[in-house]
Amino acid sequence: MTDRPIDPDVDLHVPAQRAEPQRPVLAAIAAGGALGALARHGVQTALPAGPADFPWATFWVNVSGCLLIGVLMVVITEIRPAHRLVRPFLGVGVLGGYTTFSTYAVDVQRLIAARAPLTGLLYLAGTLAAAVTAVATGMWLTRRIARVGAR
Amino acid sequence: MTLLLIVAGAAVGAPLRYLADRAVQARYDTVFPWGTLLVNVLGSLLLGFLAAVPAGDGVMALAGVGFCGALTTYSTFGYETVRLLEEGARFHVVANVAISVLAGLGAAYCGLALAQVFT
Repeated sequence: MTDRPIDPDVDLHVPAQRAEPQRPVLAAIAAGGALGALARHGVQTALPAGPADFPWATFWVNVSGCLLIGVLMVVITEIRPAHRLVRPFLGVGVLGGYTTFSTYAVDVQRLIAARAPLTGLLYLAGTLAAAVTAVATGMWLTRRIARVGAR
Repeated sequence: MTLLLIVAGAAVGAPLRYLADRAVQARYDTVFPWGTLLVNVLGSLLLGFLAAVPAGDGVMALAGVGFCGALTTYSTFGYETVRLLEEGARFHVVANVAISVLAGLGAAYCGLALAQVFT
């Protein structure tokens, strides 16, 4: 295992995160989480979905949040060390608050209840595939740009 | 008002994810992201319950959109999956994806069942 974290929220294998001062970190996470949740609510209000419709709002929220976490984590763990509140605020707070697993699970449940199991399955698998691809793309792009910039 | 309720719920949910994650990792020293799995399952259970009751607009904004939305996360889940792939921990990748999806969906149905018992 390398010393780069597996868990972007907090990884106790990283000494600096083990010793993180709790009060400012929790405040940064709360503020970021509130902003992220408001942004998610904004997208969901702008793109409402009926009971049997593919939940595009939640899909795009989760996929874009995954792209951004890939970018953020490569920047702060591989390119340049950031202020100690950047990961808590942007990663744990904003992106963690923006993306959601609970709505994803309940969306699938709602589609099944609305007799649209195929849409539910497509949404379940499609979000998973797009989210993982988005993280990998964000990481790859950021590493590439950093390499070009370093030349 | 709705926006304030979302802010209040999220300002509790997001830090709670961090604290739960820390507590789980302090107890179990493994690379498998049990902390993230735990918050995602608990949030799905609660949201499944709230959606089935069904909760009113205010409660939904505070506890559903704000709290459950910020407690649970797809970005952390996605990043962990890719990092485990990078580290070559293929079994962990498959287990993390399968358990998260099945347990999350199962939890939403448990929430629904609980709502039917209580209402």
